[in-house]
Amino acid sequence: MNALTHIVAALVLAPLIPGIINRVKARMAGRVGRPLLQTYYDLAKLIQKGVVVSHTATWMLAAGPAVSLAAVGCALLLLPGPASPAPVSFTGDFMLAAYCLGLSRLALILAALDTGSSFEGMGASREAAFSALAEPVLFLSFLVLAVGAPEISLSGMLGRGLTGVLAPERLFVPLILFIVLLTENCRIPVDDPTTHLELTMIHEVMVLDHSGPDMAFIVYGAALKLWFFAALTVLAVLPVRSLSPAAGWAAFLAGMLLVTVAIGLVESVMARLRLMRVPRLLGGAGALAALSLVLTVWR
Amino acid sequence: MEWLGLSLACYLIGAICAVACGGREAANRLGPAGALAGSLAGLAGVLLSPASAASHIVLPWGLPLGAFSLGLDPASRLFLLPVYVLGAAAAVSGASALAGHDACSDRRGTHWFFFNLLLLGLSLVMTARDAVCFLIAWEIMSLAPFFLISLHDDESEVREAAWIYLVAAHIGAACLIAFFTLAMVQAGGSSFETIAAAAGDGRLTAPALLFLLALAGFAAKIGLFPFHIWLPEVYPTAPSHVTAVMSAGMINVGVYGLWRALEMLGPPVAWQGWLLVGLGLVSALFGILRAQGLGGLKRLLAYSSVENMGLVCLGLGLGLVGRAAGDDAVAMLGLCGALFHVLSHAAFKGLLFLCAGEVLLVVGSVRIAHLGGLAKRMPLVGGLFLLAAAGIAGLPPLSGFIGELVLALAMLAGLDLPGLLPKVGMAGALAALAAVGGFALAAFAKAGGLSFLGQPRTPAAAKAQSRGRLAEAPLVFLAVCVVLAALFAPALLSLAGQAALNFPGMDLAPARAALTMALATTRTVCLISAALVVLAAALLLLRNRLTAAHGRRAAPTWGCAYTAPTARMQYTAGSFVEPTARIMPVPMGMTIQLDMDPGLFPARATLTVATPDAVKNRFFTPIFEAVARGCDALKVVQHGRVHLYILYVLATVVALLAWKL
Repeated sequence: MNALTHIVAALVLAPLIPGIINRVKARMAGRVGRPLLQTYYDLAKLIQKGVVVSHTATWMLAAGPAVSLAAVGCALLLLPGPASPAPVSFTGDFMLAAYCLGLSRLALILAALDTGSSFEGMGASREAAFSALAEPVLFLSFLVLAVGAPEISLSGMLGRGLTGVLAPERLFVPLILFIVLLTENCRIPVDDPTTHLELTMIHEVMVLDHSGPDMAFIVYGAALKLWFFAALTVLAVLPVRSLSPAAGWAAFLAGMLLVTVAIGLVESVMARLRLMRVPRLLGGAGALAALSLVLTVWR
Repeated sequence: MEWLGLSLACYLIGAICAVACGGREAANRLGPAGALAGSLAGLAGVLLSPASAASHIVLPWGLPLGAFSLGLDPASRLFLLPVYVLGAAAAVSGASALAGHDACSDRRGTHWFFFNLLLLGLSLVMTARDAVCFLIAWEIMSLAPFFLISLHDDESEVREAAWIYLVAAHIGAACLIAFFTLAMVQAGGSSFETIAAAAGDGRLTAPALLFLLALAGFAAKIGLFPFHIWLPEVYPTAPSHVTAVMSAGMINVGVYGLWRALEMLGPPVAWQGWLLVGLGLVSALFGILRAQGLGGLKRLLAYSSVENMGLVCLGLGLGLVGRAAGDDAVAMLGLCGALFHVLSHAAFKGLLFLCAGEVLLVVGSVRIAHLGGLAKRMPLVGGLFLLAAAGIAGLPPLSGFIGELVLALAMLAGLDLPGLLPKVGMAGALAALAAVGGFALAAFAKAGGLSFLGQPRTPAAAKAQSRGRLAEAPLVFLAVCVVLAALFAPALLSLAGQAALNFPGMDLAPARAALTMALATTRTVCLISAALVVLAAALLLLRNRLTAAHGRRAAPTWGCAYTAPTARMQYTAGSFVEPTARIMPVPMGMTIQLDMDPGLFPARATLTVATPDAVKNRFFTPIFEAVARGCDALKVVQHGRVHLYILYVLATVVALLAWKL
């Protein structure tokens, strides 16, 4: 039961994260902002709606969101909690988590291409290109975390805190994971989640033709994915393993809040990068990860 | 062994019957029937015999050199499996594709003769235990595709492709003949055992040279970078059922040969392993980036073969690195991953090529620019292509993921090897594997999404119709194999494990421990995959319930307030990959040329997007042109006057006599 607590927490609390980000952005802009629970309201409304299906679409349009959400759910199964390891963990499980997220991405890309819309094709193309670049960066940061871990699994690597010599390279990893979070979840500076019609869009433009329960699956899946990466970033820093369960949970939730606020702040103070600059950001993150790995191994 | 004999006999009978029937309709029944029966008999033999059994037989042989010595061991059986599965599927698919009368119908007899001969040659190569026998089987297996490729030889592209194939096959064969001759002469015998024993005693001088010769010879067959150039020329032009056998059964023979050569050459040295790792990674990255850039479905699949064979080579390399460092866990995982990947690649690639073949027959083109929306009119082909695409991109819940995971496990185990260099190498390889996975996803999202989804881009694609049960039966058969491979991934992995355990010098205790660990991991992954499928199905059911309750409405695709979108406005293959092409201009080599009137008012303009292969254009073409020039110069002595030729013979004999006396 204990092992499932944090999964349930993720399933319940994930939609809160977009709400908090929006609240931070609104406050920074001097507005009151939407309710914190807006994503829950949206989800409740969406599942009660009917769907509008494009004439062009096949079964893929419906299958995409369902497969995507299921794949994100499976990735969550591998994520450890603040007080307990993941329900399933084995050497190399980070690869399964990353590839589950890949399946989720492929399902959405295909669903987007299913409509035959050029906008959605554009979003799909960019999503495919940038995520492919983010993948090696993510793997490299996992390798840094793996150094000295009892087992090279998410449960073994995460939650140990910044152990060993507190060298600067240890601090790179949370930063890199944060950049990967921004890329994979299509946040500023890679993508702007607030505008639906700009040609610069990635994720939001891919889901233009989804509606009703399909859209609910997509929104919920995106929230879960955001939770997954935020938790990854938090657990890479905090030594929750060495704390008591209650303190671990408190620290974890505080950390999640901090990461969420940080995303909101980044979105408030930064502009979106030109598309062709995004690879430089990811390349920089990758180089930093490689440097960090070499330094960590060498010490 | 009896099943193998039956299978070989079926192939032989099929070949003879087909050629006897000539161009008649019966050739199109007897030829495929022989191939099908032979493949099914072989398949029964592989599946019925216990996984670790090994048998050996020596038959009479009329040649003064070598012996007709055949053997079956776990490695042979593992590599025969895709040959038989694909042979059966391709025979049915080919029979359906060549049915009826068209320009080439009078050649069906010879076509099926060579098809059966190809399968026969493949079976013999995988079972030969003697260098001479191996080389003869290798030649049969290498020559038969030349005749299969040139079925439609009235097209100049087909003739060109067949020619390229022949040259590539023989450059490889030349290296192999040199390799085996050197090994035979030094070992004093032609059987694999004798050569291996000589290598074990250290009687082979220059093992590095032997390794490089074997690598070059087999890499030409596998299609590793930079020997890959024949794949993208041959696959698009050969008939699809032939391509399916070539891509899924024949190029594996290169891996098999490399495996046997590594077994023979004795204890490996670390640099050999790292060379294979590097070659594998370069092939994988280059292959998938090139695949992503291409607009032709079959050519894209050909480069994807380069990628996947690169991953296999990477696994073999990890095996050698592990063996050289004395860490048999790394070695075991690397070899297992490579063998497993061979199997899953064969299933996916065979299915993809047969699907592409259906598209070609129905639409008349496999250029993505001519396709689109096919899943609506050919739902089975579309669904199976997308299934195989997800599988070959290495995504769970299919078995492609297991192969890549086992390779990753080998690299993770390799992080513990002593020294900084192996650690950096393994970490770099893992990051490259992740990048390959990401790009493969993008490439197959493009291939599947733009060909089968969206709106048809041409009238031919809009009128596409499925060709009926017989044409779809082999696709369904391969799809069942793909699903079974996902369900029984642990069983397949233990099959690969049995073959890897036989690798010479392997310390059994740590190797078995590593295999047990990998098997346990695979079972866990299978459980999670099952959970994934159940969860997705449940969500889909929930979605259908909800939408049934709240209404479903059809409407045009939202055009962002533009009311007259056409199919031509859809994203194309070129536009889909443009971001990646800009990020990585060198490996993808995409050239974009816009010819537009410079005036103020828009006039007719042309945009040309191409992705030429720089390795072919800048490296091989100049070499081959130089060779051709050299050969042209020799035409002075080759003029067709027979009396002068006889004079040459006389002059040579006199010269030889004068030299020797």
